[in-house]
Parts: sequence; C-alpha cells; structure tokens
Amino acid sequence: MTSVTTTGAKSPPRILQPRLDNWPAAFILAIIISILAIALLPPKASFWVSLAACALAAASAVYNAWGRYKGGLLVAPAIALLFVMNIFPLLWSLGLSFFSYRANRMKPPAFIGLDNYEKILTDPTVWDRLQTTAIMAILTVAVQMVVGFLLALLFSKQFPLRRYLLILVLTPMMLSYVAIGAFFRYYYEPTFGLLSQFVRMFTGEPFILLATTQGAMAGIVFADAWMWSPFVMLLVLAGLVSVPKYLYEAAAIDRLSGWRQFWNITFPYIRGLLMLALLFRTIEAFKLFDVVFLLTEGGPGTSTETIAIYVYRQAIQFNKTSDSTAISYILLFTVIVLTNLYLYLANRRAREA
Amino acid sequence: MAAGGFFRRSHGVGEAGWGRTIFAAVISFIYFFPVLWIILTAFKTMNDVLAVPPKFLFTPTLENFVGVFSRPFSAGADSQATNFDLYFFNSIFIAGSSVFFALVIGTLAAFGFSRYPLKGNDTYLFIILTTRMLPAIVVIIPIILMFRVVGLAGSYTGIIALYTAFNLPFTIWMMKSFFDELSPDVEDAARLDGSSDTRVFLKICLPQVVAGLAATAVFGLILTWNEYLFALLLSGVETRTVPVAMAQTIGGDIGVRWGLLAAIETLFLIPVILVVFFLQNHLLRGVTFGTIKR
Repeated sequence: MTSVTTTGAKSPPRILQPRLDNWPAAFILAIIISILAIALLPPKASFWVSLAACALAAASAVYNAWGRYKGGLLVAPAIALLFVMNIFPLLWSLGLSFFSYRANRMKPPAFIGLDNYEKILTDPTVWDRLQTTAIMAILTVAVQMVVGFLLALLFSKQFPLRRYLLILVLTPMMLSYVAIGAFFRYYYEPTFGLLSQFVRMFTGEPFILLATTQGAMAGIVFADAWMWSPFVMLLVLAGLVSVPKYLYEAAAIDRLSGWRQFWNITFPYIRGLLMLALLFRTIEAFKLFDVVFLLTEGGPGTSTETIAIYVYRQAIQFNKTSDSTAISYILLFTVIVLTNLYLYLANRRAREA
Repeated sequence: MAAGGFFRRSHGVGEAGWGRTIFAAVISFIYFFPVLWIILTAFKTMNDVLAVPPKFLFTPTLENFVGVFSRPFSAGADSQATNFDLYFFNSIFIAGSSVFFALVIGTLAAFGFSRYPLKGNDTYLFIILTTRMLPAIVVIIPIILMFRVVGLAGSYTGIIALYTAFNLPFTIWMMKSFFDELSPDVEDAARLDGSSDTRVFLKICLPQVVAGLAATAVFGLILTWNEYLFALLLSGVETRTVPVAMAQTIGGDIGVRWGLLAAIETLFLIPVILVVFFLQNHLLRGVTFGTIKR
C-alpha cells in the first residue's frame, strides 16, 4: 500500500489542482496519456505506458479514499482489480475506437477521429443486427413476463409439496447457456429431435425448425424464455407474498370481485418488481449471445445474428478490432443507461420497503 | 429456512389444498421436461439417443458417465480420448480459485461499502455493477489484446484473474446486502466495550453472514462454471473449461456424443438442484446480483 502512494507522490496530477487526491484529474490525465501512447508508441510500449498511467490514476483514487476514510482501505483491492481487469481495458478500447487498427496487422494504429463511429452508424448491417436483437429481445422478454407471471400465480399459494415442485421450475435458470443451446439443438434436430418427431406424428414429414428465419427466431425465443421465465416468476412471487393479509381480509368484507381485488390490492405490490424484472431481462436479452451462437450460429444466413454475435464476428473472425470497439461503446452506453434506470428503481423500492 | 422463506405469517395470498398440488405438479413436470430428457439421455446408449421414435423406456447404461472421467471413450468400434477429466479439473480449479479470491477481496470491500461509506459510495457501487452488466464481448476485446501483449493468454493466471474480476461485482453486491441487514446493536455494544474494528469485523459481523458467504460462493461457482465467452476466447488447449469443450463437441454435426454431454450436464444438475433446494431463500438475491433482497 505504501509503495502505491509513493508512486502517486512522485508524479501528482497536473491539471486543475495539482493535489494527490484529485482523482478525477488523474483519470483524465491517464486517458490523455493512454491515447497519446497508443497513437505515438509501438503497441507493446504503449500498453505499458497506458498501464502505468492508469495505475497512477488508480493510486490517486486509492490515496483519495484511504487518506480520508477507513472504508477506502477495505475497498481498494477490489477497485484496483476491477480497474486493471475491466475499467482500464475499456478505456483502452475507447481509445482504440478512435483509431484505425486491426489486431492481425503489424501496422500501428492510425488516428482517424470519429470515422469509426460515423462508419458504423451509417452501416445498414449494424442497424439490421440491432433490429434483429431488438425483435428477439422484445419477443423473449414478453414471453418471459407472461409465463413468469402465470407461474408465479400458480405458486402464490401455500400447498403441499410446493417447495419440491418449485425446484423443478427453478432449475432451468441455473443451467448453462451452453447446455441449453446444445440440448435445444438436439430437440430441434430434424431426424431424431423430439420436436420434429412430434410434428411428424401429425404431418408425416420431418420438421426443420431452424431452416426458416421465423422458425429459428421462435426456437431461440422458446429456449431463452424457457430458461428465464423462472427469474420473472421469482420476482413476481416476492411481490405477491409481500401483500399484507389484512388487505385481503378487508377485501373479503367489502366483497370486492376477484378482478378488482387483483388490480387494487395485489398489483400495486408487484408493479415495482415487474418493472425491475422487465429491465433486468431486457439488459440480459440485449446481450444475447451464447444460446443463439450454439443454437443457430446466427443463421439461417444472418437472420438471427444478434449485435453481440456481430461484434464477435467483426472482432474475432474478421479482426476489425477498432470498428468493433466502436460498436462496443454504443452497446456499453445503452447498458449503462438501462442499468442506471434499473438501480434507480431497485433503490427506490428498497427505500419504500 | 424451510417453506417459510417466501411466507411470512401475516403476508401472502393464502393456502390451497392438494388440488393445487396436482395442477402445479403437472405444469412443473411439463416445464421440467427438457431437463428430464437430458437426464434420461445421460443413461442411454448411442443408439437409444438417436432412436426414432424417441425411447421413454430403455435399459439404462452408465457408459456415458464412465466416458466423462476415463480418457478412452468407446462408442462402438473406435475409442477416443474425451479429455473431459482435464476439462472438469480446469473448470473446478478455475471457478474455485476465482470465487475464493473474489470472496476474500469482495467481502472486505462489501464491509467497507456497508460500514464506512465513501464519498460517492453509490457511484462506486453503480460502476462496479455496470462492469458486471456489460455484454461480455465488449469487455473481452480489449482484454484479449491486453493478454496477448503481456503473455497471459491461455494461462491459468490470466483466466483466473479475469474470472475473479467477473465475480467481484456480484460478490460485493451480495455481501453488502447481507452486511446491510445486520442489526447494528451488537456492533455498537462491542465498540463501546473497546473492541477494535478488526475484531468487530472478524468476531461479530463475519460469523453472522456465514450463510450469506456460502450462498455467494455457490452462486459464484455456478455463474463461473456456466460462463462461456470469456473461456472460449481466453483459455488455451490445456486450460479449456467444460462449456467450451461441450460447445466444441457439438460443432461437428455428425457423431455428436449427446449421451456424453447429457452425462456432464446431469452431473452438474446435482449441485444445482441442491442449491435451488437449500438456498431457495437467497435465490432471488442471487439471481439479481444482490440488488433485490426480497
């Protein structure tokens, strides 16, 4: 810990206030140094220079926290690790998104300003993938909300063996995307898959679900919604059981109809949680990758290629590193906005409780 | 614990009888069917797996489970190394160590965030959670570049460090929610008696959140075990994890060893079902990364 602060002491941030605990200034300085380093130095040197700059910023943040608060010492290791493994790489890729760079070429990155952003925002392919992602997300979240809600109603009362039956419903949520992707691929398989064999009982012909755009979309939505409806159920259930019993007793005295009772008594208690479930699932659906990747690989053609798969292809298969970081930043921005909204609602609910 | 988790006496919609049990059982079994089919597949021979029409009744075999752990996996004439014993070891080792590190670092941080709020505490917590909510592909591109430069690609160190960071936000939020729930009375009393902060943390707070620690560890293990994209892009041949190996198995369309995959997944189901059963009270908190307590 001491060594970290001495590093900070040797080179204090120079902009605005040259003070050690001026961590916002240190962060800005670190970003500027990183961008300059990536622009001017060879990759390997620029990496270490950027890392040093960011370590300096981190040291400043740690010093700031530590000098004033006891808590700083406790959170410092966590923040340092997250900084090195998440925030620093993200800043680095933010820098890269203003450059023309391909990871498989020897050519050093060249500064091109906002060209990458201009290119992707005018690229019809990106918009097409965003549209695919949006359709998929809306469909799967809608199905999850409805199925999850119905399951919650089913389990909202106490009955014998309820706890054991809940296990059956809650298990899909804890499985891996890979397993879900793999096994739904097996279930959708044209010759020996369960679905095809079931359809063949009626039509007499094998059924190839994943061959058409709509079919593939339906297959993905079904698998994803099946996996995550229990999540919505869990949240709605938490709302349903938080309704005080005396309200129902009062409703019984007033002879409220079942429908009125639901809207006037139950719904206000689950409204907040429904909203949270919706947001949480939307964020997750927006990132949809694994299950699509394993089930259809984006096909047929590119009709089920989500934006996450598109970025993966661009970055890993085509090595368009800086283009993909630019799209990444648009995704990142969207997720930050949604997460912010989610936490705002979650905190408000926690305060009300 | 028991059924009381979701039901406080003065709350809830009410009771229903065996009629509801039968109805719920039918729905639950339909819902569980895809998982049930995985379990059945795990006990089938290759021929039964590919049978048309699907077989509900068959002679169970353990050959798939044997195939997971012994190197030569014989399917008919050819015998082939599955290497799944190595992948199992990798998954357990990587998930175990990263969850352990995340738990140590994260619990300290959670205690700090809970008891000694920093200026801009909520902002820190928001940024921490955001790093967990980001699409994996967004985070991984720069990390690949970084690992290539420093030579961590394909090594245990690299992937464990990454997974520790991956588990950290979750651990911090979970543990903070548990620390927040503790009654401050005992702590205040101990402080008045002259206990040091370290002593208060170790002797008073920590013992009260042991269940929370266990829940966090188990959820962390499941999340890490299931993670695919980071492992796909960062693990080498020797550090490959189970999901990556499973995905590779289904890459080639012909001769997919569904029985073997099903056996792997069935083994994984055992801890999952235990978790869903014993940690039902913490499930909501676990799946929402500690943002919603009840």
